[in-house]
Amino acid sequence: MSTNTAFKNEAPNEAPRQSLDSAVVRFAGDSGDGMQVTGGQFTLSAALAGNNLATFPDFPAEIRAPVGTTFGVSSFQINFGSSVIKTSGDDFDLLVAMNPAALFVELKGLKQGGIIVVDKGSFSDRNLRKAGYEENPLENGTLDAYRLIQLDISQLTLDAVKEHGLSNKEALRCKNFWTLGYVYWMFAHKRKETIDFLRTKFAKRPDIAEANISALNAGHSLGETSEAADGFQGFAIPKSEDAAPGLYRTVMGSEALAWGLTAGAQLANLHMTFCSYPITPASSVLHQLSNMSEYNVSTFQAEDEIAAVCAAIGASYAGTLGVTSSSGPGIALKGEAIGLAIGIEIPLVVVNTQRAGPSTGLPTKTEQSDLYQAVYGRNADSPLVVLAARSPAHCFEVAVEAVRLATKYMTPVMVLSDGYIGNAAEPWLIPDINAIEPFPVTFRADPEGFHPFVRDEETLARAWAIPGTPELMHRIGGIEKDYDTGHISYDPSNHQKMTDTRAAKIKGIANDIPAQTIAAGPDGGSVAVVGWGSTYGSINRAVSNLLDQGKQVSHIHLTNIWPLPANLGELLAGFDKVLVPEMNTGQLLTILRSEYLVPAKGINKVNGQPFKIRELEQAITAEMEG
Amino acid sequence: MNSVTPPAKLTPKDFATDQEVRWCPGCGDYAILKGVQKTLADIGARPEKTVFISGIGCAARFPYYMATYGFHTIHGRAPTFATGVKLANPDLDVWVVSGDGDALSIGGNHLIHMLRRNVNLQFLLFNNEIYGLTKGQYSPTSRAGTRSPSTPLGSVDNPISATQLALASGARFVARSIDNQIKHMPVVLARAHAHAGASFVEIFQNCIVYNDGVFNDFTAKDKVANQQIAVENGQPLLFGTNKQKGLYIQPAAFEIEVVTLGENGITEADVLVHDETNKVLATLLAGLQGPDFPVAIGVLYCDPAPSYEEGVQVVKDRAPSKTEGDLNALLRTGHTWQVDAKS
Repeated sequence: MSTNTAFKNEAPNEAPRQSLDSAVVRFAGDSGDGMQVTGGQFTLSAALAGNNLATFPDFPAEIRAPVGTTFGVSSFQINFGSSVIKTSGDDFDLLVAMNPAALFVELKGLKQGGIIVVDKGSFSDRNLRKAGYEENPLENGTLDAYRLIQLDISQLTLDAVKEHGLSNKEALRCKNFWTLGYVYWMFAHKRKETIDFLRTKFAKRPDIAEANISALNAGHSLGETSEAADGFQGFAIPKSEDAAPGLYRTVMGSEALAWGLTAGAQLANLHMTFCSYPITPASSVLHQLSNMSEYNVSTFQAEDEIAAVCAAIGASYAGTLGVTSSSGPGIALKGEAIGLAIGIEIPLVVVNTQRAGPSTGLPTKTEQSDLYQAVYGRNADSPLVVLAARSPAHCFEVAVEAVRLATKYMTPVMVLSDGYIGNAAEPWLIPDINAIEPFPVTFRADPEGFHPFVRDEETLARAWAIPGTPELMHRIGGIEKDYDTGHISYDPSNHQKMTDTRAAKIKGIANDIPAQTIAAGPDGGSVAVVGWGSTYGSINRAVSNLLDQGKQVSHIHLTNIWPLPANLGELLAGFDKVLVPEMNTGQLLTILRSEYLVPAKGINKVNGQPFKIRELEQAITAEMEG
Repeated sequence: MNSVTPPAKLTPKDFATDQEVRWCPGCGDYAILKGVQKTLADIGARPEKTVFISGIGCAARFPYYMATYGFHTIHGRAPTFATGVKLANPDLDVWVVSGDGDALSIGGNHLIHMLRRNVNLQFLLFNNEIYGLTKGQYSPTSRAGTRSPSTPLGSVDNPISATQLALASGARFVARSIDNQIKHMPVVLARAHAHAGASFVEIFQNCIVYNDGVFNDFTAKDKVANQQIAVENGQPLLFGTNKQKGLYIQPAAFEIEVVTLGENGITEADVLVHDETNKVLATLLAGLQGPDFPVAIGVLYCDPAPSYEEGVQVVKDRAPSKTEGDLNALLRTGHTWQVDAKS
């Protein structure tokens, strides 16, 4: 069915909006069309409308790919609604396609009967050819299975901004806000925050700010005043009712990481020195912290990945919290230095915002394939702590915990995020930092009985004595040190003892982390679906759906990857089958099999896209029946 | 007002650890260790405020022999650890000890960037033109044709000039000394320490096992007078047994030539006067090589500029808020919404 719009001159129709529990919207356009900004603004308006939400920015590696091409399509997906939202959604209800290429690339993800909003003005012969269309899909009936809303957005935008005297090129760049205004009308979202945003963003170009606002308003009023042939009057999505009370905001994973690290440093009573080298998709953590110098944070953009981790270690050595951040290829370069930090037993937090690989791989696409690298990826026996965040907001508490463990145990801690978590947003019940138990660091000051490797009997952590402290002058370094004096030692039995001690220290952390809980389903029985990281939402919803169907299945989601929680082996032993969905070819799977000798099976996918709920349900069901 | 007891004056021995020094007997590093310990005593350094940081190589064992704070890190990366230390605590007095392989090969990138940032520390490069710890392979300062276990028929690569690289990287202090110049070295090291910013000192160091005598053509006793020139700011660039030879620049050629006083009407007034703030002159002096020219030692260049740490502070002061931020408040800025408890 095709929906043609016609202008109405009378007052806005009072017909009721169609009520929905939730909706998935995907904005798609050229990488220069501003789809990420549009999506970000829509996210904010959905949050302020009181909806739960999850987002998925999906963009190409090229900053400005050739205009109109399929590989230059940049998209932003949001799932929002009144019920619990755990993923950015499988298939979408509404596709906004700013050009033929966007329609071509994204149509396969649209539900049957879903709505398409297209900029008819961009469907020129040339653009159709670039997208790979031989005929105009707006005219040949191929979109009959959908509700097609064709608007000449380019022309409508030009008309709307005419009074602001912009160049044609500048004027056309307002079309994303025209479209946003129209979609705001569709979902009855408010425009005020976006208007404020535009006036702030373009404070130095008020003409551009006002033109975009005019476009936004024009798009919105077209919705209000036009009459769809099928009487479509937009949607109403009620406020979420199940959220815990408190003050909320939206948060992206990179923000939550930056704030969590800062909070952790404050709770440890340390200045943070954050050292990084630009890399996609990890750089946003650096950007965020670079703007936070008044929060006892220093940032350092090093000359390379190795310099970044080494400067962070040097900063920890001198008595601050050294943190470095990168993505898989950069983490590989840091490996030798992380080994040094393990050897000298110094606090260090290493954040890995994973991306698809190997090598450069798909830099803007998500994957969770650096688990082996995190747990095993250094020379020699070099254990450290590995934590994995499961969602954007969860990055905050994982970052705090990373700082706690790094400083308490004098060890590097690797935090695994990924491109999906880093860029995605969700609502967040803002925590009260003053309500978190602090864990202040005490530097060694007493010379009595001091040597650099004198250990706490309980934690096995060595004393942290920092340069500048009188009478504690000492030398540390990569050569093995004597257990009893801290001097260089080539003694074979000492190396055995030090290696065993380093391993025991990390293993012992299993007693200082929460016991593994069940995220959904019974704590034993037929099937355990074990995940880690950003697959949380998809697995949880898939398992919940199967539970609703009366199937016996449970979801276990790991935050503590290394050491594994002390009770995990026993927990897994209580299930007949263990399934491990991962966006890699089976890394946690291998670790679980090797640690617990369980006959676990993998559900694996590495196409750069998060798991869909449906495909997990199908895979789990197949394994249950198989 | 509280009276402060001045700390006791320390001697060079107070900077030595009880660890057995494990360089080869006769290694030039012993003399440098003594020179550094003497320098620290001379300048009144406090052991608890002093940090020696090294990478990997024979020279990199240096921190273990200094009764200060010491950090023996990984190959080539010492400048980066040192940068992190200075970022965390600018009050520490940091010395980096490196070798030609460590600083110029595996760590070349870090040296460049530490120097261009002008991190306030002393960087000592022990140049012996060979890889010692890995048993004698040619290094980035080895002369072309060097025969070594990895180049049995002679090396092909041209050597790099450490001091010219430092100057090109933007170093504001570049100096040279020699392991056997036990009087000269502490003076140069004290100057390096006094300079606020990155101070780069190349020390020619003899590897008695793998490259013995490689610098003899200007360091041997009978060569000192005619094959070395110890430069001093404001002084004419004279050398030779009776200081009868001098350096002279042909105005049109930008090239240094050696002249003899009294020959061809040359007088001392014609001889170049060392100006350590002149980078062009420093670059020319850094490039002088035997046998036609003397090797220049001393402070080739010193033209201080704000250090990296000062710059970092200047930038921090630009932050809109001068008071410490309240993270709880930050999390609550921007767009928030309240969900009320269900009644």
